[in-house]
Amino acid sequence: MSAGDTHVNSPEIQRLARVIEPGHSYATVTDKIASIVLTRPTSLGWLAGFSIAFTLMMVLMGSIAWLVTKGVGIWGINIPIGWGFAIVNFVWWIGIGHAGTLISAILFLLNQKWRTSINRFAEAMTLFAVACAGIFPLIHTGRPWMAYYMFPYPSTMGIWPQFRSPLIWDVFAVSTYGTVSALFWFVGLIPDLATLRDRATNKAAQIIYGMLAMGWRGSARHWHRYQSAYLLLAGLATPLVLSVHSVISFDFSIAIVPGWHTTVFPPYFVAGAIYSGFAMVLTIAIPLRKAYDLEDFITMRHLENMAKVMLATGLIVAYGYFFEFFMSLYSGNKFDVFLVQQRLHGPYSSYYYALILCNILTPQVLWFQKMRTNVAVLFVMSLVINVGMWLERFVIVVISLTRDFMPSAWGRYQPTFWDWSTFIGTLGLFVSLLFLFVRALPAISIAEMRELVHTSEDHE
Amino acid sequence: MRGREMHWIRIDRYYDTGLKTQEDTPAENPELANPQTFFQPVPCQQCENAPCEQVCPVGATVHSAEGLNDMVYNRCIGTRYCSNNCPYKVRRFNFLRFQDWETPSLKLMRNPEVTIRSRGVMEKCTYCVQRINNVRITAEKEGENGASRGIRDGEIVTACEQACPSEAIVFGDANNPNNRVSKLRAQQRNYNLLGELNARPRTTYLGAVRNPHPDLAGPEKKEPA
Ligand code: SF4
Ligand code: SF4
Repeated sequence: MSAGDTHVNSPEIQRLARVIEPGHSYATVTDKIASIVLTRPTSLGWLAGFSIAFTLMMVLMGSIAWLVTKGVGIWGINIPIGWGFAIVNFVWWIGIGHAGTLISAILFLLNQKWRTSINRFAEAMTLFAVACAGIFPLIHTGRPWMAYYMFPYPSTMGIWPQFRSPLIWDVFAVSTYGTVSALFWFVGLIPDLATLRDRATNKAAQIIYGMLAMGWRGSARHWHRYQSAYLLLAGLATPLVLSVHSVISFDFSIAIVPGWHTTVFPPYFVAGAIYSGFAMVLTIAIPLRKAYDLEDFITMRHLENMAKVMLATGLIVAYGYFFEFFMSLYSGNKFDVFLVQQRLHGPYSSYYYALILCNILTPQVLWFQKMRTNVAVLFVMSLVINVGMWLERFVIVVISLTRDFMPSAWGRYQPTFWDWSTFIGTLGLFVSLLFLFVRALPAISIAEMRELVHTSEDHE
Repeated sequence: MRGREMHWIRIDRYYDTGLKTQEDTPAENPELANPQTFFQPVPCQQCENAPCEQVCPVGATVHSAEGLNDMVYNRCIGTRYCSNNCPYKVRRFNFLRFQDWETPSLKLMRNPEVTIRSRGVMEKCTYCVQRINNVRITAEKEGENGASRGIRDGEIVTACEQACPSEAIVFGDANNPNNRVSKLRAQQRNYNLLGELNARPRTTYLGAVRNPHPDLAGPEKKEPA
């Protein structure tokens, strides 16, 4: 610490170290964040963006309607490739959600101040990503109206789900995750909803925010209860960050398909989930802070820290890729060795190289602070990683299935129009929800930012 | 077809030209004109330790007491996980509604003993479970004091067995050592397909022993001494 005192005090370092820009008081923080919801007129940009997203969401609705009418045969899946885009998208979306929980729960428990301004919308992102993900396991079944068979309900037939199947574990993992994320998010929102209730001038808004605030008055007793509840929920959500994606990876590692049956999957899926999740947080944060002048709250420090997390998890993912390869070769199992050959030289090898490029090679630029603090670079990088992580799931799910044990049953996968429309449709759903969220709820936690003002004043 | 043919028994063909890799096989190579062919019908192997059963979330594919791998169509929700996990890839899925349920004349075409599978469910070879049950009922009827007389060896004939002109397919109770099928399985050339996966398929194969005249066989095809 003492070694570089002058250096530490340089304005550049200070700029990068701040979690909130100077000159803010309780009032300015509240004004700034609440105004986005309450007073700012709906901008043309918001309308345009929302219309595009909403149109895409309608594409999703149309695709699902057609899917239910005709059957999953409208997709490119076949025998042997029983799982296609639907499962790829499911894993991708669930993974994206993980960053939100990591930021809001684990970083909270670790007392990381920099999480404060990003946790609210990261959690919202989690929730919306889980919503998008949750659609897929339902609609990818051949008979979605029978999917309730997967729940352990007291049936007159006396039949239970088959608990050895990882799909049942998924049902529990994902529904728990969705519930806990929603609760955590809502509990965190309560003080802010009360702020909005008190500041709203329009009657309808007062009533709606008032109901949602559930009688919050901000008394010391309320704060006390609130803080223990929040801490408990953070404790509950923390194991979920690790467990949910581990369970999802069991879908693959429990199966015997070469390329799926790998013990490295759980940790490597979790790291990949956090990796893609942080990429998505950046993809959202960068335009958000620009559009609503939130650079004071979502500072360079935030962006840089997220870039560091991406670098670290990206390296874990790279380690996972390496060991997947190494163990396949080391095992000497002819099917696993063949899988490696197929990845590198098979008909789908270009996907594999694209994946390595997106997930392992390009993110290495994040080693340089210049790059980590360059907003444009970060934005591009976050998109590249999102694409890369999607490709990763595609390579694992689809390409492993194209050539497994019996050469006579090898196949090819060709996504159809409906595969794409469903995927792009969920992007539309996700973005629509985000647009609505930004307009209707405080995208940054007002209460926690006030705390931050308090502590940062103490330091100065 | 896009990998959606519904044949329950896949006829696998393998060719051996004696050449090592694909690079060795220019199109004009005469060896390619007359490869050695291998023929293998692959229906569901009715695995004892069936990988498909363990992954079905709703228990729609389960063991029967006799050891069949049964498919419960009206329980299946169509996740296709079972097919992904079947190493032999012998499951078939109703991706769309493949059956015409309305045309009355088509109803006459169908086997009344076989369920028509609806859209979105998995199906596969059942070892002709309807024929097994028919014989079991006959045996019960012909038994005395309410007990079945027992099913005789060879009494159940599966459709593929019936259709095969060279009688290459034999069906029977493998638990009885005196049955035809048990005797065949006791031969040394009996093998499991992908036995190393420990799915313990009940369907087993007998290796074909070939002894081609040395003048007819190409030089590469001779067995190493
Ligand atoms: S061959 Fe495939 S479908 Fe048949 S029992 Fe074995 S794993 Fe199941
Ligand atoms: S497709 Fe049917 S039988 Fe196969 S895993 Fe799903 S529910 Fe079970």
